[in-house]
Amino acid sequence: MVTQITSFGRSGLYDWMMQRVSALVLSLYTVFIIGYLLLNPDLTYDQWSGLFAATWMRIFSLMVLLSIGIHSWIGLWSISTDYIKATGLRFFFQSLCGFVMFVYVVWGVQVLWGL
Amino acid sequence: MLVSIYRYNPEVDDAPYMQDYQIDLPEGKDLMVLDVLNLLKAQDTTISYRRSCREGVCGSDGMNMSGKNGLACITPVSEAAKNDKLVLRPLPGLPVVRDLVIDMGQFYKQYEKIRPFLINDTPAPAIERLQSPEEREKLDGLYECILCACCSTACPSFWWNPDKFVGPSGLLQAYRFLADSRDTATQERLSDLDDPFSVFRCHGIMNCVNVCPKGLNPTKAIGSIRTMLLQRAT
Repeated sequence: MVTQITSFGRSGLYDWMMQRVSALVLSLYTVFIIGYLLLNPDLTYDQWSGLFAATWMRIFSLMVLLSIGIHSWIGLWSISTDYIKATGLRFFFQSLCGFVMFVYVVWGVQVLWGL
Repeated sequence: MLVSIYRYNPEVDDAPYMQDYQIDLPEGKDLMVLDVLNLLKAQDTTISYRRSCREGVCGSDGMNMSGKNGLACITPVSEAAKNDKLVLRPLPGLPVVRDLVIDMGQFYKQYEKIRPFLINDTPAPAIERLQSPEEREKLDGLYECILCACCSTACPSFWWNPDKFVGPSGLLQAYRFLADSRDTATQERLSDLDDPFSVFRCHGIMNCVNVCPKGLNPTKAIGSIRTMLLQRAT
């Protein structure tokens, strides 16, 4: 058993599962957005803002925002443990990633609910 | 044919270098890479490499032949040489002792970690612990591993974290004991593997499957371990 305290869920299985679940959410959202844009070639501002005003769309988008945060946290954490061997630098990089992801999630919430 | 060999003798050399040898191979015969090395060894006795059974059973002569890991004794020159040139290097990722000989210590440490022996705390029966043919069948494709290290040293996850990631070979063996109906330590074995490195550092690139000289599939075994962990935790 390898001890880890900076990984997302501190369990390999949990991180692995979250990585897959978040990937599924992200791909569903991508397919949905591309499909929506293709089916509405003459998209107006009102239609677009109406879509994002719907509660289900906000739930879906917030889920995607959180998924991006989780997915990139687990991914970048893996990369940093592979390539950054100096502990101080690795911890700094991981903290920076955590901070950036937190900023993006808060900012995203502001964008979603500020429409 | 031109044979380029990785040379390094830490007692004499400051840094490793590639040494080229020209060799005439017998016509109409496809030699194995190990045969070529033996011929070269007759020319230059300082070339060092491990070999023993010369028939793909002992796993001693694992090396990197023109970029691909494999056993020199069962790899034909026609398969390993590119443009009439054969490049021989030690297995990547582990410290080089000399020339093509590597220090397998880290590899064995990971193997030791998974406790590669049957654990059964019930009293031993008078004759033997019986298995049904179906239970025995589950060990096929797992027990055949000869620990040549071709797979683990072809795995980038093992290169970057050889101290934390068990590696394809160790995990294949881990599953061999998880799948064994006679083993009673399944839960402890799974608990030992449930961290972000031991199993989950595998990203499924399947280099291990690509190079295994015995045609085994460590990626599949790793997938089975994940399934067992998931079934236990959900």
